[in-house]
Amino acid sequence: MAVIREIAFQGMQMLLVLLLAPLLTGFVRKVKARLLRRQGPPLLQPYRDLIRLLRKDVVLADNASWLFRVIPYFIFAATWIAASLVPTFRSGLLFSWSADLIAVIAVLGSARFALALAGLDAGTAFGGIGSSREVMIASLAEPAMLMIVFTLALIAGSTQLSTMAAFMNSPEVGLRVSLGLGLIALIIVAIAENARIPVDNPATHLELTMVHEAMVLEYSGRHLALIELSAALKLLLYVSLIACLFAPWGISPPSAEPILLIGGVAAYLAKLAAGGILLAIFETAIAKMRVFRVPGFLGAALMLALLATLLRFVSRSF
Amino acid sequence: MTVVTALIGVAGLAALGPLAVVLGVCPAKHAASNVTYGLSLIVSLMLCTIALLSLFDAQSTTVTLPLGLPWLGAHFRIDALASFFLVVVNLGGAAASLFALGYGRHEHAPQRVLPFYPVYLAAMNLVVMADDAFSFLVSWEFMSLTSWALVIANHQLHENMRAGFVYLLMASFGTLTLLLAFGLLAGPGGNYSFDAIRAAHPAAGVAALTFVLALTGTGSKAGLVPLHAWLPLAHPAAPSHVSALMSGVMTKVAVYGFLRIVFDLLGTPDWWWSILVLALGGMSAVMGVLYALMQRDLKRVLAYSTIENIGIIFAALGLALAFKSEGLAWAAALALTAGLFHVFNHALFKSLLFFGAGSLLNATGTRDMEQLGGLIHRMPQTALVFLVGCAAISALPPLNGFVSEWLTFQAILQSPQLPSWGLKLMVPAVGALLALSAALAAACFVRAFGISFLGRARSPAAENAREPDALSLAAMYAVAALCLTAGILPGFFIDSLAPVVQALAGGRMPVQAGVEWLSIVPIAEGHSSYNGLLLFIFLIISGGVASFAIHRLASNKIRRGPAWGCGYPDAGPTTQYTADSFAQPIRRVFGTVLFRAREIGEMPPPGSTAPARLKVELHDPIWETLYEPIAAGVSLAAERLNYLQFLTIRSYLSLVFVALVLLLLVLAIWP
Amino acid sequence: MRGLSFDIAHMLAGSLVVVSFLQLYQDRLSALINVFAAHALVLALSVAWQAFAQDAPHLYITAVIALVFKAIVIPVALRRIVVRLGIHREIETVVGVGLTMLVGIALVALSMVVMLRVTAEADPLAREDLAFALSVVLLGLLVMVTRRNAVGQVIGFMSLENGLVLAATGAKGMPSVVEFSVAFSVLIAFIVIGIFLFRIRERFDTVDMQAMDRFRGEQR
Repeated sequence: MAVIREIAFQGMQMLLVLLLAPLLTGFVRKVKARLLRRQGPPLLQPYRDLIRLLRKDVVLADNASWLFRVIPYFIFAATWIAASLVPTFRSGLLFSWSADLIAVIAVLGSARFALALAGLDAGTAFGGIGSSREVMIASLAEPAMLMIVFTLALIAGSTQLSTMAAFMNSPEVGLRVSLGLGLIALIIVAIAENARIPVDNPATHLELTMVHEAMVLEYSGRHLALIELSAALKLLLYVSLIACLFAPWGISPPSAEPILLIGGVAAYLAKLAAGGILLAIFETAIAKMRVFRVPGFLGAALMLALLATLLRFVSRSF
Repeated sequence: MTVVTALIGVAGLAALGPLAVVLGVCPAKHAASNVTYGLSLIVSLMLCTIALLSLFDAQSTTVTLPLGLPWLGAHFRIDALASFFLVVVNLGGAAASLFALGYGRHEHAPQRVLPFYPVYLAAMNLVVMADDAFSFLVSWEFMSLTSWALVIANHQLHENMRAGFVYLLMASFGTLTLLLAFGLLAGPGGNYSFDAIRAAHPAAGVAALTFVLALTGTGSKAGLVPLHAWLPLAHPAAPSHVSALMSGVMTKVAVYGFLRIVFDLLGTPDWWWSILVLALGGMSAVMGVLYALMQRDLKRVLAYSTIENIGIIFAALGLALAFKSEGLAWAAALALTAGLFHVFNHALFKSLLFFGAGSLLNATGTRDMEQLGGLIHRMPQTALVFLVGCAAISALPPLNGFVSEWLTFQAILQSPQLPSWGLKLMVPAVGALLALSAALAAACFVRAFGISFLGRARSPAAENAREPDALSLAAMYAVAALCLTAGILPGFFIDSLAPVVQALAGGRMPVQAGVEWLSIVPIAEGHSSYNGLLLFIFLIISGGVASFAIHRLASNKIRRGPAWGCGYPDAGPTTQYTADSFAQPIRRVFGTVLFRAREIGEMPPPGSTAPARLKVELHDPIWETLYEPIAAGVSLAAERLNYLQFLTIRSYLSLVFVALVLLLLVLAIWP
Repeated sequence: MRGLSFDIAHMLAGSLVVVSFLQLYQDRLSALINVFAAHALVLALSVAWQAFAQDAPHLYITAVIALVFKAIVIPVALRRIVVRLGIHREIETVVGVGLTMLVGIALVALSMVVMLRVTAEADPLAREDLAFALSVVLLGLLVMVTRRNAVGQVIGFMSLENGLVLAATGAKGMPSVVEFSVAFSVLIAFIVIGIFLFRIRERFDTVDMQAMDRFRGEQR
């Protein structure tokens, strides 16, 4: 009986992240538009876009291979699973011990590997631009992310996400320098991984400024719908990750009491809204960087995260 | 007795060499090739089974043969460490023999390859089984010599002969250092058997010197930076199944040598030894993959990637040394398990990748990635197994590369307990270097797979490629299946490594067999865990559910058309990205500092119709700062000493007289 | 409460190190001046917190001096100088950002090792704050070394001085007399440097240090 209840909670989380992801993207777009004194598209527009794309035919390039057709499903599966493993409204879900934070990052890395291959498959120059820039950004963002994981694991004592969230929610965590450094580095990495300004512009189709959009240029129809949904899921994942690690108040402990669960869901929605607003303000306030300034930006994140890990190695109280 | 059976198998392998020469005169087509590779396959499988049984048995067996030095004999032993490495060697040998059954038919001069191949396998087995310094060194030299002969098999190409020369030079240097190391270990008593060496406890200075010599000798054979210069020259020059053996198996035999000398024979390590190993490992990891990203030759990319993975293995072994020197046995067990698991994984996926490269070479006649492209349509099965190899080496779950990387990171997370300041600063730095190398490796293999197999064909050779034959494909499928199994069921492999780790580190990881749902737990249940099987099942179920739902409820129609490309009319396959252009962003970020990478555009004068050319200039920092000055120094010394050739008879006599007097003086003064 | 005040002091000292890294990351003068203002602001907050935690009211004066002079007066004056010299948009780092930050991390590691080893028996709060302070000093030196412009070097010198103030306040307070004299010497040094900068600019039309090497009269 308890097992069935646990499976139900895990299923609820999977459904929740799937349904909320397009809403978060729509919310960020709406806030950005409002900040620019525009009306902006309706909040539910991403859902309508997805349904429209799903119904359309797929137009494949002549030399696109079977890999090109399989990759969107793989990317969607990987991103959905990764998003389901990050605690949102309740920690200690049934399958959360099957993958810790390092495994979640590696699963996202597989999705990125597949996307880079898809960019090269069509045999055009644009795909090559996107893939080569994406792997350059990844070559700095992934080590920075791993160093952040090390810092957090050294503070919390485990790489398991539920354990980390529980530790951050407890009074022993205190105000630590390495946590501050880790938070700054994580925000920079999250911006880079989600292809947000200043690293990449999610709304552009100019070849000199594209990274993510260049890789998916040849996708259409249901494939494009899956890839856009995966991008939205990834944004939701990163916002949830920052929320569960640095603002874990409100996450329900592993229990079945409805009041705690409803509180957890409400807190989660509030955190998503706050994250969306902050992201929109940040994106509106600064301009996109030149492509070759991005390594300096990500290098700074890597250095900050390395400094945080070094401080944790040197002393327990940092 | 296990050892005796194994030795009989090895003798059988060695006998195949002369047999291949004899069969060479046989008029039947490919008779020598089929018989040699077929029998090698069978004997390797047999040796692998013996080794597996011995590993599960956890008993060590020895035998002493009346060969070699008269007062020493030849000792051979199979203990836990030896049985694990025998499994690795023979699995690699079996896979390579199966692949070569198909691939070897395309060999132009089989009589230059066939006699040496089984002897090479036999020598590698003997190195692992050797129980005294003399048999170890003799087998090591046989291993080097036979692989040298295989490297220069295709001797018409000048670069192959140069590769052979550099290889022979570095191999001799390695053997010299190992000789000195064993000499120091045996001590003035001169007892070379490993049992006697293990019982003797050398002084701290002698142990330190032996450690440095052993690290140099085995490191140069494994490919640690800065002693790696021969590896990217020699590995691509050999035929592909031999390259797979050299990269996948011989480097692991070198790791075995390091483990045997430093972990087994030297006793308790000093704390600063681990700093040296960690530094070299971290440096090799990053430099190896950065070199790989600059290459156009597919086999050279794979050779540099071997250097990167050896760096990762040595970093894990360095951590194990650090924990062992502080007495933290369970943490040393974790780090050592991570290193040994990576040994096994790398042997698997590197062999797979070299097999794929060999199939490409046969199908298109070129190793240059800039001439390939679009091969996923012409060689779909090769593309599939090569993709599995690329994903495994990039440490992507649910394959095996991720498991060993995950275990290494868990070991790094245990290191704040080490009290030494040097380690407190070195371990986070090495962790960052390993993370950087993992991300760059993914970039490297997106490039290798994407440029070779995806896109459109860049040359007529690529347009006319065909799948390799069934036996080569079978070998590749078998190794790919092993990669997947090791990634999904890692607990079983970790438990099999327990006797090895117990012997070397004095502790073991927690028993994985009883953990729920087949997860692996490196420290304790509830601490950190990973479940490859569940991840794999989830991925398949989610992907399947999404695909089913969408095809049923939405649409499943497909139309074909020309690529969109922002609406530009397509000029042909030359407009797509090349290997050099794919690496350009990374070259610009990392290469400008490390390789002094410059892009030079040569513009023709106005009015000329000659094309403009873009040249990429790279400098190899290690070759220019280490090898070239040494070579120049040796040349200079040789030139100066050349005067000794032209002296008069009186000068020679005076030289002899002076030498004699000096030696007598030394005898007189020496206390 | 002691745990929390410990943590906040650490947090502020660590933020000072982060802002020093931010100084290394900037490559334009006007951005550098803004970050220096932030540096002085964080220093003022850190000194004020130390005043609160150690119950030493004279440190509040130090904090106010740091805030008024170094966070407001000096940046405004520097910005005016820079705009008048016309160099507010030049890129003026000597080595690339990546290498500089890597050297910065190595310096922080070095100062950690030195400080935590040398002061093995002292109070933990003081030790680690001293380690941070030494890092800020070394990073300030690094800023001086990697800037080609005299103004950038002046800012490096000022952030070095901020590190010294952090060290002094961390070690159980410093008497006001010392702080007043330090503040006035800073002001005088600043005025002198400003006058020199104008003279140099008038004479040679540039404040680029590398260009001025040509006028030194030595064979290279």
